[in-house]
Amino acid sequence: MVKLRVSIFPLLQPASPEAQAIFDLFMMIVLISLGIFLVVTGLIAIALWRGRSKKETPDQEFGSHKSEIYWMTGPVLILIWIFVITGKLVLTMNAVPKIQPTDAVPEVELTVIGHQWWWEVKYGDSSIIGANEIHLPRGKKIRVRIESADVIHSFWVPRLARKMDAIPGNTNYIWLEASEEGVYEGRCAEYCGTQHTWMKFKVFVKSPEEYVKWRTETEAHSKQIAEQAKASAAGEPVDTNGSPEAFAAGRSIFESQGCINCHTLEGYSTPSIGPDLTQLSTRAILGAGVLNNSRENLAAWLKDPQKYKPGCKMPDFNLTDEQVDQLVTFLWSR
Amino acid sequence: MLKSDALETDDRKGIFSWVCSVDHKRIGIMYMLLAVFFLLVGGLEALFIRAQLAVPKNDLVSPQMFNQLFTLHGTTMIFLVGMPVFTGFSNFIVPLMIGAKDVAFPRLNAMSFWMLPFGAALLYFSFFTGSAPDAGWFSYAPLSTKPFSSLPGVDYWIIGLAVMGIGSISGAINIVATVMCCRAPGMSMQRVPLFVWIMFMQAILIVITIPPLNSAISMLLIDRILGAAFFEPARGGSALLWQHFFWMFGHPEVYVFALPAFAIVSEVIPVFSRKPIYGYAFVAGSSTVIVLLSYTVWAHHMFAVGLGMGPNIFFAAATLLIALPTGVKVFNWTATLWGGSIRLTTAMLFAIAFLIQFVIGGLTGIMFAAVPVDWQLTDTYFVVAHFHYVLVGGIVFSLFAATYYWFPKISGKLLSEKLGKLQFWLWVIGFNATFGIQHFLGLMGMPRRVYTYDDNPGWALFNGISSVGAVFMAAGTLVLIWNVIKSLRSGETAGDNPWEAYTLEWATTSPPPVENFESLPEIRSRRPVWDADHPDLADWKKAKTPEDKGHRPSSAKTSAWAFVISEAIFFTLLLVSYVVFNSDENATGPTSETALDVPRTGIFTLVLLSSSLTFWIAERCLKKDNTAGFKRWLGITIFLGCAFIGGQVWEYTGLISNGITVDRNLFASTFFTVTGFHGLHVTGGIIALGILLVMAQRGYLNKKRAKVFAAVGVYWHFVDVVWIAVFSIIYLDVFK
Repeated sequence: MVKLRVSIFPLLQPASPEAQAIFDLFMMIVLISLGIFLVVTGLIAIALWRGRSKKETPDQEFGSHKSEIYWMTGPVLILIWIFVITGKLVLTMNAVPKIQPTDAVPEVELTVIGHQWWWEVKYGDSSIIGANEIHLPRGKKIRVRIESADVIHSFWVPRLARKMDAIPGNTNYIWLEASEEGVYEGRCAEYCGTQHTWMKFKVFVKSPEEYVKWRTETEAHSKQIAEQAKASAAGEPVDTNGSPEAFAAGRSIFESQGCINCHTLEGYSTPSIGPDLTQLSTRAILGAGVLNNSRENLAAWLKDPQKYKPGCKMPDFNLTDEQVDQLVTFLWSR
Repeated sequence: MLKSDALETDDRKGIFSWVCSVDHKRIGIMYMLLAVFFLLVGGLEALFIRAQLAVPKNDLVSPQMFNQLFTLHGTTMIFLVGMPVFTGFSNFIVPLMIGAKDVAFPRLNAMSFWMLPFGAALLYFSFFTGSAPDAGWFSYAPLSTKPFSSLPGVDYWIIGLAVMGIGSISGAINIVATVMCCRAPGMSMQRVPLFVWIMFMQAILIVITIPPLNSAISMLLIDRILGAAFFEPARGGSALLWQHFFWMFGHPEVYVFALPAFAIVSEVIPVFSRKPIYGYAFVAGSSTVIVLLSYTVWAHHMFAVGLGMGPNIFFAAATLLIALPTGVKVFNWTATLWGGSIRLTTAMLFAIAFLIQFVIGGLTGIMFAAVPVDWQLTDTYFVVAHFHYVLVGGIVFSLFAATYYWFPKISGKLLSEKLGKLQFWLWVIGFNATFGIQHFLGLMGMPRRVYTYDDNPGWALFNGISSVGAVFMAAGTLVLIWNVIKSLRSGETAGDNPWEAYTLEWATTSPPPVENFESLPEIRSRRPVWDADHPDLADWKKAKTPEDKGHRPSSAKTSAWAFVISEAIFFTLLLVSYVVFNSDENATGPTSETALDVPRTGIFTLVLLSSSLTFWIAERCLKKDNTAGFKRWLGITIFLGCAFIGGQVWEYTGLISNGITVDRNLFASTFFTVTGFHGLHVTGGIIALGILLVMAQRGYLNKKRAKVFAAVGVYWHFVDVVWIAVFSIIYLDVFK
């Protein structure tokens, strides 16, 4: 169990038992490789040094089968050793956990769906639909179902788990478990088209108590927003984070300008081409990592998404500054 | 060795003398020049990639442009640099090394070459359609299918690759036939220089490794143009089948590049150590083992797709196993250096740098064989570093060694050693700066194929170093070009054998005359030129090699067999896709049971099979010099072939009028693909037989040319055998 405290190398800073096991295997093979490299380059260097000024014709040696075979035993043993430690880890990591173990917490089974170019996150049977962020309790082994809505993506949180491809038509599973609280960077690792670059997500690991609190609050929040949407549609006054007029105007832009064709929002049922916007104000990032989330950045994004994420599926709607402001008021109230 | 004054020198001049040339040396040079041109194109693409990534959040190029750049960079370097440059060296050097006048089929050789610029033009024409391909060099489905890549870039990519693939396969078949059939007397198979043996293995590998690519791209093209859904999961296809087929090509392709590098250093290191290669049999044998094993490791590119336990462990074991024959070579090269008297020429320096850098690439390769490590490192810059250590640090460096080693033979002039060493150091520094640092970028979590990145601590610095390194490599390349120009204009005359090398290409003038040799030295060992120069220390006195029994197979038949093996793999994969896509019991729409008329096709099957019999009778007539009988039976064979095609047209018309077209469902797609390609092959066979009939009518085809007829026979019988497989699998459903 070696731990390197070099903060710029996430792959050398495992934060889960699985990542730690992979890291240990990696370091073992790195050391073996380093040994082989030093031996080979050492021999080459000696041969060059000794032969550099030799003028006479050397002994014409054709080699012997015996020495080839003697020599080969070393590498064969090393390869067998690597195979054994690799095989052992593959078996213990249970490559495809299709069956839920009894000690897993069923309500926190995650489903992660890769889209061009963002991640949809569902929490078991909960009503919470996240986008580009995952909330986890520390120390729990959680099964993640990985799917794709379009092309092949790859789900990867370097400090927590192996990569696993999200393949349309197939379902893959991995374990996700974090031994330390904190925020972990994740991203799509398989080239998936124009904006593969900005297909990042964050994993927030909390204490189990905080996690339960987050879940309860978020679910309540969703419900509240659904009611708010209903009330607003019925013309009743709603509690908004800005002027009620701007809120209503923002709502009408949301419904009339086409936002609704791609984005889900509690209270509206629409296809999930783009991320669900119910918890938008609580999110850390916009555009799957291209901007940090804030009122100002959201406004800038709505003004011209193609400026920040060229080629992304969200077109520039040519909204005026006032319309952007109204839309932000509407979206930020939630 | 005496040289007569009457030796014919190569004084053909002007562009047409090159375009029309069928001389293996000129074609070899054209291959190399094409490769150099595309090395500059692909290198420029790489420089744009590095310039874009030099600083965080750069907007030098758009994401779309960036994706096109890395797609074209990979495709160009593999298909338009790697493939042609080695075929070029093989073309130039192999016939000289075996004491032949030319390759087995000089005109086929010219055709193979000219397919390449044609394919390249198609690929690069995509720029003018407004979109170059941008799905990556391995064009993973479904990203490469119509719904996600609607612009025609991918179509150009497919057609360009298909055209280049035809050139590569025919070029490789030519090398196989040349080595088997054109060796000089005394040159037994066990006496060919290692370069020849390994390039022979590489040619065999090309013959068997391009067909999976052809199967995959034909199916993708049928998806994209005719509306089938082989690779569209949304319509029942499979995203993973593409990866299996592609890597069945893609991984052996790595060895298509690695083997020539091994071939080159296996010549360069012994010559500049003044020793023979240590353990010839092991170097040669391990190359053969690599050809065999390279076909069993493809899925190590797919560890992250969730293959499951069994495949993961199998492909890990196979991948570790293939490290062994490669390790054997490293051992033999080191042992060759050991005790040698070393001459550190530029060629030798590049060979030694190859050795060390290739070892690094090999060791990181072993890391990727450890499946869980692959799960972390794959698709990061660590893998980019790994394969560039193999492909650039290994293979490109070996190419520079080859350039400095054989340039005097090719041009008659020596390259400047001073400029050579300058280029060497620019490349060693530049290469290791660019790609060495990328191992660490991978450990930082930087994925490959991103057009920009956040300013995380360290990322800007490491990427900056990587980009600066690229400038050194570019400068080194310019030094090489300058060196070549300078040498051609005012270089020192090389003489026949400037390096005191061992193999036959050094026993003729530099450059060699049109038909290569005035006279050959006696070939009694693996180093005939060494033997001639050192009669006292001659190899045949010390190390016995099997005598040449003088047997040379027919080049026509050899090439027909090589072609048939290649085609067999193509059809096998199409049939595999048929079985895969027709195993679902719940599939809707037409199936082989509901749509096909088995008895009727059974009759046409008998028609086709009987054509094999009539062909055989015709062949016997030809051997007996019975021209009338020959023409009659050949005519009947053609008639039976046409009847079979007529039956197929009848069947197709019926299916199409019932609404069963290629885009109907996966049964229809696979059915039309398999039987359609078979029908095309029958048609091709009928055309070949027709040509033979015309030749017979005009009296060109007689007993003496029976071998040519027999070669066409190999193909015609093969087409019938394929039909037996097609009929059993599709009509009789033997796998259901």
